[in-house]
Amino acid sequence: MAYFEAKNIVKFFGGLAAVNGVEFKVEKGQIYGLIGPNGSGKTTIFNLINGYFPLTKGRIYFDGEEISGLKTYQICQKGIGRTFQVVKPLKRMTVLDNVIASAFLRSPNKAGAIKLAEETIDFCGMTSHKDKLAKSLPIASRKRLEIARSLATKPRLLLLDETAAGLNPSELEQAIDLIQKIRDSGVTVIIVEHIMKVIMTISDTILCINHGMVIAEGTPVEVASNHEVIAAYLGEDYGAQS
Amino acid sequence: MTFMKRNTAPLIVLLLLIAFPWIVQDSYYQHLMILVLMWVAIGSGWNLISGYTGQVLFGAAAFFGMGAYTAALLLNKLDISAWWGLPLGAVLSVALAFPFGWISFRLRGPYFALVTLALNEIMRHVATIWESLTEGMVGLLVMQTFVSKVPYYYIALALAVLSIVGVDLVMRSRWGYYFVSIREDQDAAESMGINTVRYKMVSLCLSALLIGLAGALYTNYMGFIDPKVVFSLHDISIMAILVGIVGGVATVYGPAVGAFIMVAVQEIFRSAGFGLFPYLSKATGWAWMATVTKYVSEAHVLSFGLLVVIVILYLPNGVTGDWSNLTRRLLFRKRETA
Repeated sequence: MAYFEAKNIVKFFGGLAAVNGVEFKVEKGQIYGLIGPNGSGKTTIFNLINGYFPLTKGRIYFDGEEISGLKTYQICQKGIGRTFQVVKPLKRMTVLDNVIASAFLRSPNKAGAIKLAEETIDFCGMTSHKDKLAKSLPIASRKRLEIARSLATKPRLLLLDETAAGLNPSELEQAIDLIQKIRDSGVTVIIVEHIMKVIMTISDTILCINHGMVIAEGTPVEVASNHEVIAAYLGEDYGAQS
Repeated sequence: MTFMKRNTAPLIVLLLLIAFPWIVQDSYYQHLMILVLMWVAIGSGWNLISGYTGQVLFGAAAFFGMGAYTAALLLNKLDISAWWGLPLGAVLSVALAFPFGWISFRLRGPYFALVTLALNEIMRHVATIWESLTEGMVGLLVMQTFVSKVPYYYIALALAVLSIVGVDLVMRSRWGYYFVSIREDQDAAESMGINTVRYKMVSLCLSALLIGLAGALYTNYMGFIDPKVVFSLHDISIMAILVGIVGGVATVYGPAVGAFIMVAVQEIFRSAGFGLFPYLSKATGWAWMATVTKYVSEAHVLSFGLLVVIVILYLPNGVTGDWSNLTRRLLFRKRETA
């Protein structure tokens, strides 16, 4: 059995099928990319994995256990962390306190939680922002804070939702480095991203969805040359550009 | 050493409060200070659930009255000392909070506030209508244990210190971090592995505990309760919110400052400027002065409204939260250039 597996997952909002029979498997240690046009259901898939929305149909397995039907906090306790596309910093807390609050999950005593939080902040390269209030951070740091906060819960699988959107080119390089560093530390990653540079560089496998259904799955090269993907998402120009 | 340094001002205030009954022997001012200390406990309880956890409690009187009635009924029905009402009243307040929190915390938004507002009214009506148990509007009498106010003063002081130290300890612990996380963003908190329903319940129960203790103390001290007084929406529930807002939402010492200001404001209006207005009307003999006196003494609820407007406009973080701002304005210090 695969490390992570989504089996025929379906989500209806009223009569609209946001996700319709998506299936995929992620192997341990992979970076698994999820692409597709706006509104194709990428974030909804994250919300289904994470338990934020209940599934209409289908099952999700992680590390040999069924996790569909569990509550969001239980899924986090099982070892699946996530970041939000629209960042949700705990605004009136410092960066350190943000991360301490989530570090308490794995380290019930405070000294341990502070230590874990400081290590995580250092790992994400945010030590200089440690004592700033989360609301004072610019967007790039807020995205990093999202990552730091979910890493502090010691996830084995991390769901990254458009962590690179809105970053400038140098911040983009740093984001790519950070994601690769996270994978190298033994965390499996599923990533939603619109910036082709990021997703093509770091993904081992890419899944492309449109209208809530899978249209292609494969290595970055395979997906980029797939006709349906080009028609639905990348556009005819993409091949010419690269 | 750092402990002493950080807590110098509160420790000095505490020493002054311990010495207070010797310095001020007038029982009227001792009475006011007992009320202030009682409000410190209620304000701290409100602050825990509403200030730190972000779930606005609109019905503090439900828990206050529960504590108060528990103490009075123990004596009147079971002939057990009303002092046992302190622990038991606190426990029953928690028991009352439990089902309501359990249901309303599953929802987001203003439901909890509305439910507690309703709970306040339900409890008041139950206490009024269930005459065989509560004597209805007649109220319940409890013989006071002490003639002097001094023992009550020290018990109230102990309760106030317990609430402030308790809230401070909780807020430095894991629970505290969880409460603030829930206030800032419930979705983020859930995805950080925090069971938000459970920790909102923990916060509510601690809050009900403190408010219930204060209610039981009120019965023992005042010696008489009726539904109109202890389940009062404006004199208890709204007052609790004001103590929190005026003092400073989500600050440890805020409720203490707020309690002092609010009891003072209430008393200035109730006694018409500590007897200034009645004195003026007598001295001048003007008829309109007597009318003004009458209206002022009845207008303390109006003063609450005005105070809230002023605080929200000029001190949005309360007196404690905006302390540096306040001192700068009052002392006309120059604005530090950023």
